Amino acid sequence: MAYSEQVIDHYENPRNVGKMDDSDPHVGTGMVGAPACGDVMRLQIKVSDDGVIEDAKFKTYGCGSAIASSSLVTEWVKGMTLDQAAELKNSQIAEELALPPVKIHCSVLAEDAIKAAIEDYRKKRS
Amino acid sequence: MDITRNYFELFGLPLQFDVNLGLLGERYRELQKEWHPDRFAHLSDREQRLAVQYTAHLNEAMATLKSPLRRAQYLLALVGRDTHTETRVQLDPLFLMEQMELREELAAVVRHSDPEAELERLRELSGKALSALQAQFVARYEAGDFDAAEMLVHKMQFASKLQAEIDALEDRLYED
Repeated sequence: MAYSEQVIDHYENPRNVGKMDDSDPHVGTGMVGAPACGDVMRLQIKVSDDGVIEDAKFKTYGCGSAIASSSLVTEWVKGMTLDQAAELKNSQIAEELALPPVKIHCSVLAEDAIKAAIEDYRKKRS
Repeated sequence: MDITRNYFELFGLPLQFDVNLGLLGERYRELQKEWHPDRFAHLSDREQRLAVQYTAHLNEAMATLKSPLRRAQYLLALVGRDTHTETRVQLDPLFLMEQMELREELAAVVRHSDPEAELERLRELSGKALSALQAQFVARYEAGDFDAAEMLVHKMQFASKLQAEIDALEDRLYED
């Protein structure tokens, strides 16, 4: 299957790969997985006291589309408020990366990952 | 050959996760011989086509029962549970964390001072994790707790993929 240029770009030059200290109270971690393909994704956000995402990191073990989806999300959410980031939809990711129908689940995974990271952060702060 | 029978019946094996692989191989070879398309070469087109279909069915049955993961998925399919399509299932984050860590350690094997020993350690770890999941699957499936059995199959999918990745890395490390 042919990957779009956008996917290849993120796959070859993934943005924001890495790991943040999970014990940092400003860090929220989202761990998600896609059972049917065995992909695993970790997405982390660092949030300022006024609720803005200052930094985001990810690590994904999976196909090119899953890597590109998570890479794109880390780029997008930087500078967003938590509420804005929580509004992100997988369809926006799929559209930006021109994902074919069989790879839509990769964008769903990335959406779930950012939501899980936000939820983890909010749980920590409450 | 009755292709409406399930794969376990086809090979005359009890319907359960634990399969006697020696016996499975034996029955497979017997059926393969019996239905080999060459034996039907002198018969009508229809019968030849049927023999080819039976052989394909037989090969699919064999591949399914031979692989622990596919066997577990098949057992769930027999009770109407589909574990092949992507689902938005919430997996236990601790389990995913473990899987992530094992993959990170696997990616670091090439930089390890003793890659061979490190790979062996990871193989043992992932093998143990997979066996534990399989044992839990058997217990839940036999208890009729198919929700839990389904979740365990999802976990087995990650653990099996990790094993495949360990095998692939081993091939790359030692191909010269």
